[in-house]
Amino acid sequence: MRKRADLIFQIVSLSTLVIALSALAALIYDIVKDGASRLSWPFITNIASRNANEAGVYHALMGSIWVIALTGALALPVGVAAAIYLEEYGSRSRLARFIELNIANLAAVPSIIYGLLGLGLFVRLMGMGQSVLAGAATLALLALPVVILSTREALRTVPKSIREGSYALGATKWQTIWHQVLPMAMPGVLTGLILALSRSIGETAPLITIGALTYIPFAPDSVWSKFTVLPIQVFNWVSRPQTDFKANAAAGILVLLALLLSMNAIAIIVRDRYQRQGRA
Amino acid sequence: MSTRALEWIIERLLFLCAALSILTTAGIIMVLAVETYQFLGEVSIVEFLTGTQWTPLFSDRHFGVLPLVAGTMLVSVIALVVALPMGVLTAVYLSEYSPDGVRRIVKPILELLAGVPTVVYGYFALTFVTPLLQTFLPTLSGFNALSPGLVMGLMILPLVSSLSEDAMRAVPRGLREGSYALGATRMQTALRVVVPAAFSGITAAFILAASRAIGETMIVAIAAGQQPRLTGNPFVPIETMTAYIVQVSLGDTPQGTIEYRTIFAVGMLLFLMTFGLNLISTWLRERFREEYA
Repeated sequence: MRKRADLIFQIVSLSTLVIALSALAALIYDIVKDGASRLSWPFITNIASRNANEAGVYHALMGSIWVIALTGALALPVGVAAAIYLEEYGSRSRLARFIELNIANLAAVPSIIYGLLGLGLFVRLMGMGQSVLAGAATLALLALPVVILSTREALRTVPKSIREGSYALGATKWQTIWHQVLPMAMPGVLTGLILALSRSIGETAPLITIGALTYIPFAPDSVWSKFTVLPIQVFNWVSRPQTDFKANAAAGILVLLALLLSMNAIAIIVRDRYQRQGRA
Repeated sequence: MSTRALEWIIERLLFLCAALSILTTAGIIMVLAVETYQFLGEVSIVEFLTGTQWTPLFSDRHFGVLPLVAGTMLVSVIALVVALPMGVLTAVYLSEYSPDGVRRIVKPILELLAGVPTVVYGYFALTFVTPLLQTFLPTLSGFNALSPGLVMGLMILPLVSSLSEDAMRAVPRGLREGSYALGATRMQTALRVVVPAAFSGITAAFILAASRAIGETMIVAIAAGQQPRLTGNPFVPIETMTAYIVQVSLGDTPQGTIEYRTIFAVGMLLFLMTFGLNLISTWLRERFREEYA
């Protein structure tokens, strides 16, 4: 009897897992079924259009790439610096504890709230307008907690003996960090960065809130350009009643997922490179 | 410049970067507070918090936030009803039953669920789940709380399962072995020893999941509709706090108008709700860590 209850319980828990995984399969099936036929080379190279069959994602794809590149450029140095401070310098002070707690809380603030911050601070107060820069700055703030947490973890994996060896040779603290610790932690840092960026690339709500447009027929040419991004374009198409646009939305999602996957592939390649160099 | 001076400067620079996180929090609170203060100059806080009609974009304006709060709660409760039992059961399976090989395959797939952009979930809810539900719930409206709620549950499931699993794995082996030695089965051990021992960690996961559900935006903006309605009926269109902010942001609402300020007032309420939940969750996890330290 007890054995049977145990078996039933095991089956129930296993089937919840199966349900979750089949829901994921249904999601992928649904999108491929709706979008695959719409996916074509012109779909990638065309810009937005009122005619569903002529519309493409070029402007949105370029917008996403601009925003993500700039987000990475902003979040990486600041995030790594913050992590180095917390891990190597101030980890025992009360202020550092407070900063840590604050970062943990920021990581769980809804992304749309960051959008309101971006709207009030970057777009209005600092006068950046609804530009690529304002969008990237907003997403960089959103990505920072993840970059900081993963960098700290990477720094923690560097053995103490490396630091002590460097000190013994007369290096200062910063020299030790810059020449020894950071290069060793780099694979972990980059993996964390790409993880944070691949989350940012799917972010829609904060960019809508700062006023990124849903209909914009050109690709950005500078950080001051107005812009739209892939998920916003998808949202725009989903919100329209015509079924033709639904197919566009599904195809747009496929492009977005392809972008996500290639970013993750880059992360794996970069990490492997670094690791091989580290060993050589 | 001497090496020592350089070292000093670098340390200050690093500190500034770390302190940016405090500035971010302060910035969020400032931006929200300034606009909310001006909003409350025009609408009384009592009307805002207790009014039952939300029509700031109509000519007959009412600023009662309760319909938005009700919509948010309705979707979040549905999401949690899905995510909590499924997440915990998944965690029990992964932590107590599954062979290591299965675990190594399943965990990355679950993480994939967490990495799917929310706009994709919105699409899934609107074009797949809602029509599917309509085949056996004919009264279900095209926009409703049920479908985005279920899909949101799927989205936060990995969060619940991975945090719960961490909590269960942190339970010392000795407790399990003691239970087996007394003749308990794996189910009895899991449900009467491991889950109770990991309780505060699991609770922390629940609360974090609730906070995530309340703040989730795109799924509800796409699939739940734009009709603020004070109801507990999951079959009709509703509007959540987050979806309202998106709705206003999509339109051309000039700065300084009361419509513009409403999104900050709603944002403030959202921020306070999630921030409170996050603090409780952090506190619980800290306490949990101490228990078995």
